[in-house]
Amino acid sequence: MAASNSVLGLYDTPDAGANAMDGLKSAGFALGTFDVLTGTPYPEGAFGEYVPQHRLFRFPFFGAMVGLTLAILFTAGTQLAYPVVTGGKPILAIFAMLIIAYELTMLGAVVATVVGILFESRLPNLNLGAYDPRITEGYIGVVVECEDDRIEEARGVLQTAGALEIKTA
Amino acid sequence: MQQRRILDELAINHELLRGNLATPKWWLPTVLGLLVVVLFGFTLMGIMFNRGLGVTGLNRPVYWGLFITTFVFWVGISHAGIMISAILRLTQAEWRRPVTRAAELLTVFSLLTALFFPLIHAGRPWRIFYWITPYDFARGIFPNARSPLVWDPFAIGTYLTGSTLFLYVALLPDLGVLRDRTTGWQHSFYTVASLGWRGNPRQWRLQTVAGILLSALMLPIFVSVHSIVSWDFAVTSSVEGWHSTVFAPYFVVGAVHSGVSAVVTMMALMRWLWGWDNYIRPEHFDALARLLIVVACAWLGLTFSELIFGIYSLEAPERALREMQMFEWPWNLLFIIFFLTGFAIPVPLWFFKRVRNNIAMMFWTSILVNIGMWLERFLIIVPGLSRKQPFVFTWDSYQVSPLELGLLLWSFAWVLMLMLLFSKFFPLIPLFETKESQVFTTDVKIGRVNMPAVIRELD
Repeated sequence: MAASNSVLGLYDTPDAGANAMDGLKSAGFALGTFDVLTGTPYPEGAFGEYVPQHRLFRFPFFGAMVGLTLAILFTAGTQLAYPVVTGGKPILAIFAMLIIAYELTMLGAVVATVVGILFESRLPNLNLGAYDPRITEGYIGVVVECEDDRIEEARGVLQTAGALEIKTA
Repeated sequence: MQQRRILDELAINHELLRGNLATPKWWLPTVLGLLVVVLFGFTLMGIMFNRGLGVTGLNRPVYWGLFITTFVFWVGISHAGIMISAILRLTQAEWRRPVTRAAELLTVFSLLTALFFPLIHAGRPWRIFYWITPYDFARGIFPNARSPLVWDPFAIGTYLTGSTLFLYVALLPDLGVLRDRTTGWQHSFYTVASLGWRGNPRQWRLQTVAGILLSALMLPIFVSVHSIVSWDFAVTSSVEGWHSTVFAPYFVVGAVHSGVSAVVTMMALMRWLWGWDNYIRPEHFDALARLLIVVACAWLGLTFSELIFGIYSLEAPERALREMQMFEWPWNLLFIIFFLTGFAIPVPLWFFKRVRNNIAMMFWTSILVNIGMWLERFLIIVPGLSRKQPFVFTWDSYQVSPLELGLLLWSFAWVLMLMLLFSKFFPLIPLFETKESQVFTTDVKIGRVNMPAVIRELD
């Protein structure tokens, strides 16, 4: 979608925010082009919002595999490259390798999870578009991404739902 | 949750960002005072690097002394964060909300402090890199993956990286709040740090999932870290008192005991210093004290197991060591102080509700626990090495030098200073968690009683 503008309606109650979301749906704005912004996590579906399925759970598995591979390369590679017997232990001491492999596997999983959280949250994105600092004071923001020809329509829908203020960016 | 207060988002922002948007009068003098101690500590390190480890009390046969004791102590404290934060998140315990950030923060800063001690203990810290990184292919020097001293950096590195990321992810929504409340360079800083957080349902959903997923990933790491630290000792077969199979769970539970106590200390300080009576309430101390009773009893059981397995084998050197730890001067005095402060005084007191709800009492008993837990590590590490061994002709025991004591003091000042610096730029109590609690909590009338009830989403 060639969305070039975002319009924000600010509401003082969750009910008014939910009404604005319903209004946008009724007006034919496509799912995914409008969203609700809050300073508090509300129960899922409180605003009748569309939340696409995330794929976060794939990330730790991928990270764990990368971590495990690096661990095997580190432990086996370095010991085989310079095979000195210490403490009567085998060159490839499985128990010792498992400890390092465990730590690096978990490290890979954690790092990949955090990357996944940011990716799935669509962060970083320093361009906030239409936004109001009062959202983090308890107000509800309903934001619509639309092309120039639908700005007035979006403003109308947000105003009808009782917006205290409407901003465009 | 009988003591719940109903607060709106504006009031929560105002109260919890009090230390960030304005500077309390006590803050600067305290930070400067701590900075003096910190600089003094770094000077001591410089002296030690310049003149060598001879300025410490370390000598044959005691090569591990106060530095390694303090390393184990701070790794132990670091276990508070994940224990409190991850377990309480996974079990969706409502009272976790004001506790999690302080606990996670304590993890990060105490681990950072712990890392210093093996580094400075090496005498020439820059040589540590030869030991853990496969750097010099021409000389063919590689890390020895079979040594527990190489397992340590991997375990602590993983834990520190994971804890820091865990802390940062949970901080994102609050950074967004700070971005909206600041101007100038601070606004620019928080804009970048919050990564453009807006608070749409997708971001909130992922924030919730992240809390649970990262908790589940961090818990096994938390268990492995202190297990690996314990193996620094337990796989050393030649030192009595160290070579014990029970060491891994013993160290982990001991770490939780000292770590949760440190969280209690920190929460009492937060309540007193910032006046957060509405957020850190006696019910939180009550819940933590109940948890501590369970942990302390488990720790006592493992302490007893470790002792009885040592004595029951009837091996002469092992029995001699235990006799020395408990009955010979000065170890006997330290042993008594350790037992009294680590268990015998605080735990019976926590059985009384009046004590659990008294913040001053909880503060002092939690400090007692950590005095005891530091001594426990000292009593594990030093007597085992001090005892006269065959073919060891230096029979002097270990005398802690003033320089080592100075660096012990430095470690406390360093952690406190980092905490206070953090508190100036970031909220110590998670705002969004507090606000969420207000949304998800309501009063339910049952008969003639109004009860606070928590609504939970089925997922």
